[in-house]
Formats: sequence, structure tokens, C-alpha cells
Amino acid sequence: MNPIVFLEDVERSYGEPPVLACAGVTFSIQQGEFVAIVGPSGSGKSTLMNLIGTLDRPTAGRAFIGGSDVAAMNDRDRSALRAYEIGFVFQHFHLADGVTALENVADGLLYSGTARSERRRLAKIALERVGLGGRTGHRPNQLSGGERQRVAIARAVVGDPPLLLADEPTGNLDSVSGATVVELLSELNRRGTTVVVITHDNELAARLPRRIAIRDGKVVGDSSKAATA
Amino acid sequence: MTTLPTVTRAVRPRSRLRGRDVIALGTAGLRARPTRALLSALGIAIGMAAMIAVVGVSASSQARLNDQLAELGTNLLTSTAGTSLTGEQTVLPPDAVDKVRLVPEVESASSTAALQVSVYRSILSDPAATGGIATMVADENLLDVVYGAIRTGTWLNHATSQYPAVVLGNTAAERLGVVEPGTQIWLGGQYFTVIAILDSIALAPELDTAAFIGSDIANQKFGYEGNPTTVYERSSDEAVDRVRSLLAPTISPQSPNDIDVSRPSDALAAKNAANQAFTGLFLGLGSIALLVGGIGVANTMIVSVLERRKEIGLRRALGATRPHILVQFLTEAVLLSALGGVFGSILGMIATATLAAINGWPFTLPFLAIVVGVGAALVIGGLAGFLPAIRAARTPPTAALNS
Ligand SMILES: Nc1ncnc2c1ncn2[C@@H]1O[C@H](COP(=O)(O)OP(=O)(O)O)[C@@H](O)[C@H]1O
Ligand SMILES: [Mg+2]
Repeated sequence: MNPIVFLEDVERSYGEPPVLACAGVTFSIQQGEFVAIVGPSGSGKSTLMNLIGTLDRPTAGRAFIGGSDVAAMNDRDRSALRAYEIGFVFQHFHLADGVTALENVADGLLYSGTARSERRRLAKIALERVGLGGRTGHRPNQLSGGERQRVAIARAVVGDPPLLLADEPTGNLDSVSGATVVELLSELNRRGTTVVVITHDNELAARLPRRIAIRDGKVVGDSSKAATA
Repeated sequence: MTTLPTVTRAVRPRSRLRGRDVIALGTAGLRARPTRALLSALGIAIGMAAMIAVVGVSASSQARLNDQLAELGTNLLTSTAGTSLTGEQTVLPPDAVDKVRLVPEVESASSTAALQVSVYRSILSDPAATGGIATMVADENLLDVVYGAIRTGTWLNHATSQYPAVVLGNTAAERLGVVEPGTQIWLGGQYFTVIAILDSIALAPELDTAAFIGSDIANQKFGYEGNPTTVYERSSDEAVDRVRSLLAPTISPQSPNDIDVSRPSDALAAKNAANQAFTGLFLGLGSIALLVGGIGVANTMIVSVLERRKEIGLRRALGATRPHILVQFLTEAVLLSALGGVFGSILGMIATATLAAINGWPFTLPFLAIVVGVGAALVIGGLAGFLPAIRAARTPPTAALNS
């Protein structure tokens, strides 16, 4: 089976003279995996998430996401990949303040051309799945941090993407809310979604089946290699 | 690395954004910052209000003129003695009115004779302050021909035309400060008694500044010999052109070129046309206001794009293409401008209605003006929003993560 994420000698440099945010990164993730990309602040984790999420392209090396070569895709193709096959969860939630949880989640399907009534129907189901079936009419400022992140997760998975990327999903949460979020992510993983969690928190990473350690833009450890080696 | 993924070109649907959702996105963007939206729509609104008001005012005053012409008739012709080569006021032959009445299709005719006689409020008045009032001898039927009306008093008749009695035109009475009959005024070195004051005569404004006296007293006191200076004539509407060509040769067969024949309704229309020249100026000012409004919209949109980088990044992560972002911001700019356009049109209509009511014009506003105006607002919004929208579309998709 093809890996859902395949990176080979991937490099991303910024500016002139070039600063390497990541270099020589090689790993692949199979469908159904639950992976932590772990490393200290500034090690290049967000850069990697941008590359895996096709929000950015490598300056060198090859990246295949969902079976497609990112370098060969134009903006429209990459947008379509994100619309249908990748869900994003951000550290700062990025919810729209003025509208309800239901509307926020329904926006996860906005760019798939789904009709509004259908988007809202699916959004309700997604909110029930994250345990917020009773909060559909609340606005983000009426919700706790943990609830907001669950709304963001519902938005990421409302279209049932095979790949879910979460950048520091617990970074702004207390430990109890954080644990709930991690439990939710593993629940989604058990149902078949490939989940990649980016974190600087070693404790959190330790609870996931596979950890890819990053430092100074390079892979310094991969628990699956260690196990199979 | 050993295993390369087999490059199967994935067949996946495209990102798609429905038209209804585009509109919803545009309005949501404005509703999120209502005060800013209102302020930046205000510029467009002011420009639009100015344009609509100008067009409305000019259309309403034109409608008033048309009504006026329909009421006054366009069939009045005046024949005036010109000035001689030496600059002296010449006179018409004493039988000018009788001759004009004989012209085929002429329905009625009358005349006035301007005298070189000054009029003052009293004997104590400054002799230089004549107030531009002309003394005239008027035929008894003058008002019937020029459609004049008496505001107060009685017009000259056979009896009063022998006595020092005077009828004042509307403006003449105002300048002399005379408000009712019975007042004495100083005319040609003796007191005359005012016996009537006229309403303003739209088609013959020269009569508004006149003091009318009878022919007998004019003959006795001022040596009037019966020569009129202006003949007023009415015919049927269709005959005006034919009559017009016959008037000068009829009155003065020897020197028809000395007679000026004119149609006062043309002068009225020309005066209105001169007023319309101002509408060009105001339209120019209105379009500058619209332009400034457009710049305001562009400015608001640029600020909005800069502030909403994260929102744009999020939308890109959710699958929006660059054109989706572009169209969202463009829609927002066009809606903003349309808001100003509609609001401004309403203001302009209110202004037109108010001015029309004050001036007693019929309220007239061409529907086309509103269509063109709102259309212009949409185009301005599109132009103003275009560059900001392109900037929005160029915002890197990673903007949501780099926080
Ligand atoms: N847009 C950018 N321009 C320049 N340098 C960047 C940019 N984004 C990230 N970097 C640099 O790349 C390195 C990795 O950053 P990042 O991926 O955000 O790390 P992490 O998410 O692990 O904290 C840092 O040194 C950062 O300064
Ligand atoms: Mg980061």
C-alpha cells in the first residue's frame, strides 16, 4: 500500500542567504497511523506541517501526499487535496467569533461545494462525535478552550478526510482539556483516520504509538525505525 | 530510500464554492465590522446622493418649465423697435398694432410704448436712484395678450387713462415699496396715484419693472404721439413660424431689419438651459466625491486584507483556491460600494423631493439615473476592491499557522 505521507530528502529554506527550516527530512506515514512529530520550539515542526499539508512546497527533495507529487500539483490541485483529504487543527483554534459552533464546523465543507443545509446536517453529526452535540448554538466566546479545540477538530473531520494534521493541539489547553483532545484524536484514529500530531510536549508524544523526533530541522529519531531495526 | 510511491495521478474533485455562499461570505465580512463598513460606504453614499440630487433637481426644474410653457403658451411673439445706428431707441409706426391684427392667423395683438420718463417713490428721492423702472404707455388689452394678472386694484380704462393714474409691475412695486393702490409716486415731475399692482408676468419680464400710464395723460404731459415700442401678438401654435416671418415686413415695409421679432418662450427655455450648465459642474463634483468614496473603499479593503491574513490562511487550509479568496474580497468590496450606492440614492431622492417641494416643482427623477448611479457604484466597488482582493488571494496559505 502507498504511504499517505512520503517525504524524501525534503528541504525548506527561507530567505537569502538561505536559512534552513528543515533539511534532509525523510520519512513516510502509512494510512491509519497515529504519529507524533516532536521537537523543541524552533526545530521546524510547523514548517513540516505546512509541507505535509501542502500549504507549502519543499525547496528541494520530494513530497508525496495522498499519493500525489506536491511539486507536480498546481494551486488548484493542492487546494482540492486540502478540501477533500486533509483536515487541519491549529494551536489557536482559528474559529470565527461571530458565528455559532455549528456554522464554524459547517465551514469545513464550504469549499467542497456542499449545499448549506447538508453542511449543517453533517456539522451537527461531527459536533456530536466530539461530544458537543449540546453546544451547536454557542459562539466560540461562550465555550471553554477545550471545547473550542473540539469544535476545531469537528471542523477538520466534518468532511471525513483520511489525513488529520494537528499543530500543537493542546498547546493552549490545561492538562485535563488536553487529555480529552488527545483521547478524541485517538478515537478518530481508531475509526481509520491517519492522525499526525505536532507537539513540543514529550509526555504527550510518549502516549502515541509512533514518534518522529525533530531537532534543528532534521529527523533525529523515529520510534518505528527503532522498533523494526 | 527504497520504495517510491507509484505516481498514480489521483482523480479527485475540485474545490468548489457556491454562488450563494460567495454572497454570504461577502455580507458576513461586512457584518463583522459594521461601523467600518458604514463609514467607508459613506463616501460612496455622499457622491451618489450629490449626483442623484443634481439629476433630480434638474429634471424637476425642467418638468416645471415644461408645465410653465404649456400654461403660458409658446405662441407669443414680440416685435420691438431696434436701436438706430446712432444708438437711439427708435419707435414703431402708430398703426403697428392694427397692421399686425391684419396678418393672417394672428389672434390678438397689443402694444406698449416706453417713455423717457423717470419714476421715484417721492419728490424727495435721489434723482439718480431710478431703480431701473421704465414708464410705459399700455394698451387696454395688454394683459389679455401677455396673460398678465392683476394682484390688486383695477387696470387702466378709458377714464383713468386721462388722469395721473399708474399701474405698477410686480418688481416695480417692490422696488418702490408700494404695497397697495392709493399710494402716490413721483413720475415725470408730478404725483401719480397707483391704481393697481400686477402679478409677475413670466413671458414678458420687461413688464414687471414697468409703470403703466394711460395714452391720454402721456400725450398731454410727455408728448407721447402714439408710437408703440413693442407689439405683443398671439396666434395659434402651428401658425407661429408663418406669422413670425410676416411681422417685421408688415410693421415696417421700408426697413423690416429695424424690427426685432422674438419668441419669449425661447428665452425662458434658454434661461433654463443656462441653469442646466451648472448641473454639469455639480455632476463633476459628484463624480469626484464618488472617486474619493472609491478610494475609501479600496483603503478599507486593504486594511481588511492585512488584518485577516489568518482567516485567509484558514480558508486556504479548508480548501479555498486563490480565485475563491479573490472573489470573496471582491464581493465584499462590491457589496460595500452597493450599500453606499443605495443609501446615497435614497439621500439624493430625499434631497430632490425636498428641493422640489420648496421650489414648487413637480418631483421628477429619471429611473435611469438611479440604475446608472447604482451601476456606477458597483463598478467603482469592483475597481476599488480589485487590487486588495488580489493581495488577499496572494496571501500565503501558511498564514494561518505562522502566528
Ligand atoms: N516564514 C519564515 N521565514 C523565515 N524563517 C522562518 C519562517 N518560518 C519559519 N522560519 C524559521 O524556521 C525555523 C523553524 O520554524 P518552525 O517550523 O516554526 O518551528 P517550530 O514550529 O518547531 O517552532 C525557525 O528557525 C524559524 O525562525
Ligand atoms: Mg510551531
